Amino acid sequence: MGGDKLKIVLSLTPPLLIIGTLFFGGILYGFLQSLGYQPAIQKYDINFDAYYNVMFSERYAKLFWTGLGLNLWVSFVSTFLAAAFALFGALAIRKTFFAKKICNFIYSLNLPMPHLVVAVGMIFVFSQSGLLARFFTQIGFISSPSDFPILVKDKYGSGIILAYIWKEAAFFFVILMSVLQSLGENFEELAQSLGANKWQRFRYVILPLVMPNLFSASIIVFAFSFGSYEVPAILGVNYPQMLPVMAFEFFLNPDLNARSEGMALSMIIALIVMILVVIYFRLTQSKIRKD
Amino acid sequence: MDNNLKKINIYAVYLGAFLLILPLIAFFINAFSFRWFYPQLIPKELSLQAWVRLKLIPREGYRSLDGFLDLWLSNPTIIKALVNSVTIGLIVTVVSIIIALPAARVLGLINFRFKKIIIFIMVSPTILPPIAFVLGLNINFISWGFSGSFWGVCLVHLVPIMPYVVLTMTGIFANYNPDFEHQARTLGANKFRTFYLITLPAIAPGMVVAALFAFLVSWSQYLLTFLIGAGKIMTLPLLVFSTASSGNPALTAAISIVFIFPAIVILFFTSKFVSGDSSATSGFGKI
Repeated sequence: MGGDKLKIVLSLTPPLLIIGTLFFGGILYGFLQSLGYQPAIQKYDINFDAYYNVMFSERYAKLFWTGLGLNLWVSFVSTFLAAAFALFGALAIRKTFFAKKICNFIYSLNLPMPHLVVAVGMIFVFSQSGLLARFFTQIGFISSPSDFPILVKDKYGSGIILAYIWKEAAFFFVILMSVLQSLGENFEELAQSLGANKWQRFRYVILPLVMPNLFSASIIVFAFSFGSYEVPAILGVNYPQMLPVMAFEFFLNPDLNARSEGMALSMIIALIVMILVVIYFRLTQSKIRKD
Repeated sequence: MDNNLKKINIYAVYLGAFLLILPLIAFFINAFSFRWFYPQLIPKELSLQAWVRLKLIPREGYRSLDGFLDLWLSNPTIIKALVNSVTIGLIVTVVSIIIALPAARVLGLINFRFKKIIIFIMVSPTILPPIAFVLGLNINFISWGFSGSFWGVCLVHLVPIMPYVVLTMTGIFANYNPDFEHQARTLGANKFRTFYLITLPAIAPGMVVAALFAFLVSWSQYLLTFLIGAGKIMTLPLLVFSTASSGNPALTAAISIVFIFPAIVILFFTSKFVSGDSSATSGFGKI
């Protein structure tokens, strides 16, 4: 048993050391800096000024609260729509039809695609001189680029939402396909023989069966879209600005005092993600138990 | 009625597939077109100009083997970025697998106290956003002298990759029976031979998938490389980002195609492993 203990400790130390020093060390140091502890500029006092400044000062309050609103809006909408799109695709692609395999491949194609590239792709497709605008001009729907709605770099974050739908739908799709495959069609056939119609079979048979996996995938997608930088940096506007972009810009500010604000903001983002994940877990656990 | 509904469904699936592949089509049109003005849907002239400007393909008249070699050996930014991306990806993948192997074995096969807490600590980087740790870490790295260094970038890439490799491999070891190792040992095989002949073949398929996706996660890392590399370590995502911000669509599209190439290749090779049950899939959330 003593040998076992040593083995456990020795095997687990390297990865724990990496995650402990780099990840938790980074968070801890970021937290200290957010409290105003900045040895680089001889500031050693601890206070909550940076948090107060970011959230309530006249200069930043508006930027922060609109940014938070945009963050919640983008993450909720894109997670929900990506999941719905993938659920529709997965349910339809189970059936046999022409080019089923190709459709299957295309629906999972964006899975390994970097977010950065998906964001750039959205510019090419949805900007006012993009592929879709050109298409609608050709068929005579619109006559000039300005007739096409502003979907990229707009203040409602449509471009950001579209990018996340594109990318995360594939993630949901792959997870749903494998759940559906492992379930088979027995449950549905049973329900059908008992007289359940199409909607009832979806609502009372399929949905409860895929829900646990759908929920856990949504947590990952939600947390990611809430804290990720690249997509809003490419597809967002200066105002309102998503929080990760705002934090990063504070951080890059040549004024070293702004650094604390940047750190405070990144702590707030992490805290919100953590709270939402906990709430989400609580909700889904009780919901699953009820079902 | 039911039949009509089915037809509509299938057309909707086609439409969805078309929309999903549209960005990819747009990349190729942009990268190989010349003066593709609005409202042309299909470019009038095809051209390799973007690739020449990118310095991946030599100018016309120089497109021989020597021409290519001369161009690439002159070490243009794209080649520098490619080499950095590949070497960082490979180093990080190998290191993460070596570190994860014993840890995953212990986590998958042995029950002990604090196991849940340890797993929780290991997965936390997959939920919390990178921006939460990298800003603080950046300052630490400056004081440790890692900032702007190649090895600093490798080190920081381990953070998003480690949890995911450990988790995937823990899943593999949870379904692994170590009794075969005992048999090999009693038959006289030494530790190394046992690992090579018994353990490795059993865990290899899962390990390859973990490695491929570890590589992809490193490959697509922007924020961590930018902050820790302090602008000195150029990788492909950094190049895509800066070109996209400078607003040259043809050039951006060409670099993007280079950037997504391994992703598509890896999807081809692993599509049969990529299913929702494998923890490999959850790693994709981080790319």
